[in-house]
Amino acid sequence: MLCTILKPTSGTAKVNGFDIVSQATQVRKSIGIVFQDPSVDDRLTGRENLYMHANLYNVPQSEQKSRIDRALKLVELEDRADDILRTYSGGMRRRLEIARGLIHYPKILFLDEPTIGLDPQTREHIWAYIEELKETHDITMVLTTHYMEEAEKLSDRVAIIDYGKIVALDTLAELKATLEGDVITVKTQDAGKLQSIVAEKIPVLKSLATDKTAEFTVRDGKTTMPRIVEVATQNNIYIDSISLREPNLQDVFLHYTGRAIRADEGGELHGLSAIRRRAIR
Amino acid sequence: MSEARGIYTLWLREVKRYLRDRARIISSFFQPLLWLVIFGSGIRFSGSIGGLSYQEYIFPGIIGQTLLFTSMFMGISVIWDREFGFMKEIMVAPISRISIFLGKMLGDSTDAVVQGIIVFGLGLLLGIRLDFIIFLEALPIMLLITFGLVSIGLTIASFMESLESFGVIQSFINLPLFFLSGALFPIRGESVPVWLSTISNLNPLTYGIDALRTVILGGNWQSLYPLYYDIGIICVFDLVMIAVGTFAFSRRK
Repeated sequence: MLCTILKPTSGTAKVNGFDIVSQATQVRKSIGIVFQDPSVDDRLTGRENLYMHANLYNVPQSEQKSRIDRALKLVELEDRADDILRTYSGGMRRRLEIARGLIHYPKILFLDEPTIGLDPQTREHIWAYIEELKETHDITMVLTTHYMEEAEKLSDRVAIIDYGKIVALDTLAELKATLEGDVITVKTQDAGKLQSIVAEKIPVLKSLATDKTAEFTVRDGKTTMPRIVEVATQNNIYIDSISLREPNLQDVFLHYTGRAIRADEGGELHGLSAIRRRAIR
Repeated sequence: MSEARGIYTLWLREVKRYLRDRARIISSFFQPLLWLVIFGSGIRFSGSIGGLSYQEYIFPGIIGQTLLFTSMFMGISVIWDREFGFMKEIMVAPISRISIFLGKMLGDSTDAVVQGIIVFGLGLLLGIRLDFIIFLEALPIMLLITFGLVSIGLTIASFMESLESFGVIQSFINLPLFFLSGALFPIRGESVPVWLSTISNLNPLTYGIDALRTVILGGNWQSLYPLYYDIGIICVFDLVMIAVGTFAFSRRK
């Protein structure tokens, strides 16, 4: 909708100060889009695709060559720029599309699941480009993804979308703080005894003991863990193993959207996380 | 200005794609060749039409047929673009829907007319009386016919969900337009049933082929209508189809 592909059923919005209904052309000039599915012409060369884009977006003729060369360099496709796109791999096409999205110097770049279905190397590559763009260009990027690590790595602010509604929108740190804290899990024969002693001597938010496991939820796991070991040793409790889990975005996501796999949509997890971030410059 | 550049860009893309597709260009020789040589020679025994050999008679008709079939086929590019996602790139570009339609239509028309010119070359080889002046006169008529026909193809394709359904509809439209255009046999005269000449009056291709005959066969051909009338009808047809096509393109999404 913000990309002016869909018309809103009601209401409106502004992108870069332009109304998405009445000033659609202005909005289109302000944004760059990297679609989830390929949207390049596979019978043309990489360079031709970029020139076509530059012309569609009315980039001055005198600047086209330098901008295109620079974009190709950024995505490391200079060597293959004059090959027909059919000979490109999926990752190369993706990189070309990111380059294309930048040719007309958009104010806002929409990245729709830019690394879906790509191999780990290419993903790392694309993440690196996105990081680099953040450093060198003054662009707001809106990135949607299903990959939690991608969101954690790249974003300044994260929005969690569930059933089409934003259920949370904040910085990563703030989002994590909404969860109760770190979880320390101790495996021991005397789980019950350990639980009661620890609860007595160390401030914990929540404690829980089953047959052979004691679980403590605490504010700061890293400093609390040695103290639990200390208390256990003093009381002659033998610890089999101990582990610490700090909440990650996955936990935050599940916290907001619920743990159950959704029955509709063919059992697919419906929640979508959108990531927004602003380059600082 | 930026709209004109957008149209040019889309035009260039269609033409580039076409010129890179050698199989399509080479295969475009064969169908008209079959019609002209085999069909044209076979039917010749049944006599001449208005003092012309049958081959001469159908030659402008076969040009029209080539333009028709190629133009309608071009609609496939819309489905192709949608399937491969390129349509999205065009649709979010800051140019108007009419420019998108015009760019695509002009590009596809150029491709179709190139096919028509190839048939012209074949006619020369087969000994049909042609010269450069005739070619220059026929070219704008070929272009005008093509605009409207390509617009039909693009419009239909923009309503189709799959390649298969487009193929079916396409032949459903191609053959009636072809047979009822006077390309292969006269559609006027005492021996022609009234219903046939009435329906052919509604066929835009009738006027296109009549205009081509007027230009190519010169004085040997008794025109159905004066040239300006033919061209006037074709222009109206073009404008209507461009309007319809632009509407069809805006409607999607």
